Amino acid sequence: MTDTFDKGNAAFIARRYGSERRFKAYGAAALAVSVLFLVYLIVDIGIKAWPSFFEHRAVLEVNLDASKIPANDVLKGDFEGVVRAGLRDLFPGLTARADVRSLTSLLSAGAGDDLRQQIAANPVLIGSTVRATALLGDDADLYLKGMLTTTLRSAGTTTLQLAQTGEEFILTGDLSQLAAGQIVRANGGALRIASVETGLAQAEAILPPTTLNTLTPGTWDILSFSHAEADRRIDDRQVVLLEALRDKGVIEKHFAWRFFTSGDSREPELAGLRGAIFGSLLTLIMTLSLSVPLGIAAAVYLEEFAAKNKWTELIEVNINNLAAVPSIIFGLLGLAVFINFFGLPRSAPLVGGLVLALLVLPTIIIASRAALKAVPPSIKEAALGVGASHQQAVFHHVLPLAVPGILTGTILGVARALGETAPLLMIGMVAFIVDVPKGFTEAATVLPVQIFLWSDLPEVAFQSRTAAAIIVLLVILFCLNAVAIYMRKRFERRW
Amino acid sequence: MDASPRKTVANTNPRILNERETKIVASDVNVYYGEKQAIKHLSIDIPDRAVSAFIGPSGCGKSTFLRTINRMNDTIDGCRVTGDILVDGKNIYDRDLDVVQLRARVGMVFQKPNPFPKSIFENVAYGPRIHGLAKSKTDLEEIVINSLKKASLFEEVKDRLDHSGTSLSGGQQQRLCIARAIAVNPEIILMDEPCSALDPIASARIEELIDEIRQNYCIIIVTHSMQQAARVSQLTAFFHLGDLVEFGDTDDMFTTPQDKRTQDYITGRFG
Amino acid sequence: MTAWTLLIIAALTAIGFFVGQARAQGLRNAGTASLHSLPAYHGLLMASMALAVAGITTLIVALVAGSDSMLMPAAAALLGTGAIAASHRLITRDFRARNRFEYFVKLVLIACSAVAVLTTVGIVFSVLFETLAFFSEISPIEFLFGTHWSPTSTPPSFGLIPLLVGTLLITLIAIVVAGPLGLLSAIYMAEYSSRSMRGVLKPMLEILAGVPTVVLGFFAALTVAPLVRNTGESLGLSVASESALAAGLVMGMMIVPLISSLSDDIINAVPQALRDGSYAMGATKSETIKRVVLPAALPGIVSAFMLAISRAIGETMIVVMAAGLAANLSFNPLAAVTTITVQIATLLVGDQEFDSAKTLSAFALGFVLFCFTLVLNYIALRIVQRYREQYD
Repeated sequence: MTDTFDKGNAAFIARRYGSERRFKAYGAAALAVSVLFLVYLIVDIGIKAWPSFFEHRAVLEVNLDASKIPANDVLKGDFEGVVRAGLRDLFPGLTARADVRSLTSLLSAGAGDDLRQQIAANPVLIGSTVRATALLGDDADLYLKGMLTTTLRSAGTTTLQLAQTGEEFILTGDLSQLAAGQIVRANGGALRIASVETGLAQAEAILPPTTLNTLTPGTWDILSFSHAEADRRIDDRQVVLLEALRDKGVIEKHFAWRFFTSGDSREPELAGLRGAIFGSLLTLIMTLSLSVPLGIAAAVYLEEFAAKNKWTELIEVNINNLAAVPSIIFGLLGLAVFINFFGLPRSAPLVGGLVLALLVLPTIIIASRAALKAVPPSIKEAALGVGASHQQAVFHHVLPLAVPGILTGTILGVARALGETAPLLMIGMVAFIVDVPKGFTEAATVLPVQIFLWSDLPEVAFQSRTAAAIIVLLVILFCLNAVAIYMRKRFERRW
Repeated sequence: MDASPRKTVANTNPRILNERETKIVASDVNVYYGEKQAIKHLSIDIPDRAVSAFIGPSGCGKSTFLRTINRMNDTIDGCRVTGDILVDGKNIYDRDLDVVQLRARVGMVFQKPNPFPKSIFENVAYGPRIHGLAKSKTDLEEIVINSLKKASLFEEVKDRLDHSGTSLSGGQQQRLCIARAIAVNPEIILMDEPCSALDPIASARIEELIDEIRQNYCIIIVTHSMQQAARVSQLTAFFHLGDLVEFGDTDDMFTTPQDKRTQDYITGRFG
Repeated sequence: MTAWTLLIIAALTAIGFFVGQARAQGLRNAGTASLHSLPAYHGLLMASMALAVAGITTLIVALVAGSDSMLMPAAAALLGTGAIAASHRLITRDFRARNRFEYFVKLVLIACSAVAVLTTVGIVFSVLFETLAFFSEISPIEFLFGTHWSPTSTPPSFGLIPLLVGTLLITLIAIVVAGPLGLLSAIYMAEYSSRSMRGVLKPMLEILAGVPTVVLGFFAALTVAPLVRNTGESLGLSVASESALAAGLVMGMMIVPLISSLSDDIINAVPQALRDGSYAMGATKSETIKRVVLPAALPGIVSAFMLAISRAIGETMIVVMAAGLAANLSFNPLAAVTTITVQIATLLVGDQEFDSAKTLSAFALGFVLFCFTLVLNYIALRIVQRYREQYD
């Protein structure tokens, strides 16, 4: 025997081990890519979604003018007008119509909604002055969240002289702080710097100053932006007004419960998921009440009673194939059979539930069969041994023991149905639904379809709403999966 | 670990060890599966160019010990081995030892024939290929044919080397597995109940084969059958509940067992 | 009327149960000899008779006279009561109510398992009829071999080839991404990872598999597509904003868990004896995997890839949101292409008239899609079945 233990060529061995390490690294890298993709997906959507869970409101003193609010029908009252008037009152100097319109455009179209509810609950307040919160519009909201431009405020530290020639304003003195595109706020007004030359800066009024006093250090400041006016959805005048509102301390940031409690809307700041959540709920009830009994019955038959013959084999092949048929095909089935042939209503949870029930049926059957198969035959034999009929043995002993497995499979089926979109597009569940659907035959939409619809809308604010809706959907799915995993662990039985 | 003294085993000095070189020296070997101890303070010397048989009732640890010799236990989760096993004076549980090269020197034949689902030729060529033993295609063919001949399978399969290894009968499959093991030119061959899945006639062929090749290898065979141990081996070790009870020349062991337990086992009182 | 009818049927079923049980109980109390079946089974049998008779009557009346007819609840009530009265007389000491009821249950179970078959039949017929109607307007030759697709132009053209090419292009990208990733992940999980690591990694992949495709579509359109576009343009390439590459990449990530979980199962089904045989020869782990495990698992892995391809071809939301609408006949992964599923979705979302070639063409596309995926699935499932039998 040789002294060394090695057999063969050392370099060859080294190469073999090199290849071993590389191969293992490829495997680890492949898993890392998948996991990183998942993390990136969730983080990216989470970051997009985060702002949508908050909203900005203005807190205003409003005068509930009885002439605008009919006491016998409070809900019809012009609360938007009341709120707008309240906002105008904060800027008594603002008289030009364009300026006023700019100011009121900061409010949401539904700015009066909160006040309406408050007064409807408490009509005695009509005629008095109350504090009201008014929702801001999507552009103002996005600006305050810093999503349209980053605004930098710097205090004025030099002395400047102000002069007016016609429409134009001239600033002279130490111009070192100024640059074109900035806004100088001074003397109760705001000026946009058009150009800075040696010795003088030209500026135009965004809000006309009330006096032409000299600007001394500390009495003025500068707003500068990361995005020029042309590159953002909010103009300089709105920005100046918003900044003024912020200075007055009337703007508050709150958690956007509205996102969960209101229905769909064309206005991003008002749009919520309530309708979609209820639509999903109704559709799922329909799906479950059909697919669970059918699925369990079919599984029991195939696993326990079916004779091994051509017919059984056909059913089995069929179920396996059906599980892999693209979901959009089920949509075509729903459209052609349920809507066109049977004349069931379009866009309704009834039809959506039917289609999804057929879609998840194979999943439930396959999971239930696996659960039934996992129950050892000795249990059934024991029951048969004491004289139970075959059906009694199955329904009294085997099926109850398989219930946890069946439930786990059902939950996974529900998760699949909850995230399914394509077949529901086919049967028209794309309706614009503001209200909660009242029944199985009313038009409705569901969460994933709502996501699809919002993702198509051009407003930036809707992008964030879409991401937020996705997060809601993912959280629900995650909970369902967690329950399934918990049940699998909890009831896992080793025979 | 607990440092118990080397256990004394009855009849631990077989005569045959005086005639042959010692190939494997195991001292104070313990094997644990999780909390359970499967081998307890086992020490044994195994000679080269002879067949040693491990016998004992089920669960006595004979297969477990066999698998420590080529470190197949490494593939089992939660399995832990302490103590020393020296092959040609080199401790195979040393940190710097390369398992891959160890296994090239210590071949193994399993309980159930496990040919790869490839052709007969590829089954035998697999080992030489991965270890780079053949310089050329003709080299490789020579190795394969020689190995098949040594495993006395060549005559039966020479016309169908491209057929699947799984198409052979059970006995042929097991001889193919032996040819596969021989092809990498090992020094030690471990056989884990190689005949337990075979009919008596196929078993007889395997026993014949073992007898033919024993001059060139250190062979260790685990078997359930005492008759088989008596027929093929020169040495026999009797295991019981993780202990090596007795180790000696096969002839002595079956005629004059030293330990009561050995006697009970070979006379059929338990096992 | 429907609600009333359902209420009547439910009431009759309940009445049937109590009447049957009471009658059997009465017999039991009256005599000394015991009944063949428990009173509850007599009740159940009568209830199921009532349910079956009233239910079938309702269906027939609804089909003949419409579901608004007053006839429906009336007929259900009448015949249901009749069924109870008739079966009342059947209850005797020796009547084998349990056997009869179990026969009824078995029929119900068979009917339930036939729903799966009916679904397939429904799919085939609904798609087939509309497709035939479509072919009466457009010749199949023009549809199958035409190279121009624009259903909304005048005159419309319905050439399948550009859609097919687009679908296959995106599927190819997806498989090129998902094949190696999924297979290597499966190998790592099955052969290398420790039990605890597997306990973390497997749920991660399950979560990825459970992400709804509408979410992946949003991600593809808003994050991946701009990323691909910017990367491409920084390399001096012209990239469409809805490039096939972006949709394909995300679709690939969607099918990674499918390939990895199927391959994982299949690799685990390779008997340990084969691995041991290879290790005992002194093979390294990767040599064992590459030369023994993968060849043995090959049929199963091939079928996993086929199922993945079928899934990618039929995937809708990712491509609807991230791929193009215009049917360009292009093999360039940086160009915008459209797919069969995108066209089905765009043709059928909104109002449809069932007599226009435009709507019908969506069903013809659905037919093509169904045939494609059915063939792939069927072959894949057959291979898996053979494979399982080999190692069982």
